Amino acid sequence: MSASDKNRRREFLAASATVATVATGLAGVGLVALAPGVQLIQPAAAHDHGASSKVRWGLLVDTTRCASGCKACVSACNAENAIEPGSGRPAQNSQWIRKIELVEQSSGRAVSLPMMCQHCEQPPCVDVCPTGASFRRADGIVLVDRHICIGCRYCMMACPYKARSFVHEPLTRQNPEVPRGKGCVEACTFCVQRIDAGKQPACVEACKQAGHDAMLFGDLKDPASEIAKRIASTATSQVRADLRLGTGVRYQGI
Amino acid sequence: MKRLRCLPIAMLSLVASLAFAEVPKPVIAIENPGECVAAPDVMRRTHMDMLKHQRDKTLRFGEHGAKEGKSVSLRGCIECHASKKTGSVLGSSENFCQGCHSFVAVKLDCFECHQPRTGLVKSAGVMP
Repeated sequence: MSASDKNRRREFLAASATVATVATGLAGVGLVALAPGVQLIQPAAAHDHGASSKVRWGLLVDTTRCASGCKACVSACNAENAIEPGSGRPAQNSQWIRKIELVEQSSGRAVSLPMMCQHCEQPPCVDVCPTGASFRRADGIVLVDRHICIGCRYCMMACPYKARSFVHEPLTRQNPEVPRGKGCVEACTFCVQRIDAGKQPACVEACKQAGHDAMLFGDLKDPASEIAKRIASTATSQVRADLRLGTGVRYQGI
Repeated sequence: MKRLRCLPIAMLSLVASLAFAEVPKPVIAIENPGECVAAPDVMRRTHMDMLKHQRDKTLRFGEHGAKEGKSVSLRGCIECHASKKTGSVLGSSENFCQGCHSFVAVKLDCFECHQPRTGLVKSAGVMP
């Protein structure tokens, strides 16, 4: 069964559930009667607060404003999430965000951009995860549940953006808000601890403070938000759009 | 002869005293006396279930627990129960989590990833 078929089936179930609810008037809190004894849990209704599917967090990177050589976003990420180099094996260091310099061979035009987890709508890391540790929150943030991650690193191979890292060494200096530990895979969380507190991701704040203002964070589903307006009015692109992953991170000027 | 007759009794009492010798109970200083999120006997029996329930709600649904102004989270436990001497729930058998867990010989996995200490260095964003 293809993904679209599956979605259609889900939509049908949801629609018939609504009909059933209206017909019987038996809507419980977060539970909808599909048929006698069969109920459908509605995630949006079951959780009045917390992550909501009415929101889709996204990030727009304006590469025309991103300065070559500036690593403010990278250092802010490392400081916020307490990412530190390990003991002498640089290739094994965790990396949630990195700066990339692109040069077009024929014209010599250079572009600098930050690359991190693209928070896909159809994340390959979630598809391949054998334990269900990789998951996508209702508001579109792709996370790793370290409680059930077994460190198989299949998601690292599935990710086309090389966004994930594996923690090779024991850690003791974690940010209390950002638990991290040896044996688990990790990646950019959009600073979920800050989003839940109503703040912006650390990289976005740092970019603004550095005077570049190349990163715009917001709700893609809210047509009144700055990011939705910019995406609606200017040409932006997804990296590897051919994979049709529906990335939450978009780039302008590449 | 009298001594010989007494020997089995002496040995029996020695064995009995060994069998019933109790491991000393952990001495835990409750640094912030007052009400926890539930009664002590409930907490002792069900804190692990509560933590597991809350971890899934927090991580998967972004719901950060709160009850009557108290943070119902592992972070909340640590903030209240960390030793004032070491600023941690681990370190010695006098520390809140480690004390009981070493007494009952139950492995404590939380702090493989979670920060057991209080006192975040705000400027650095990390623990000292």
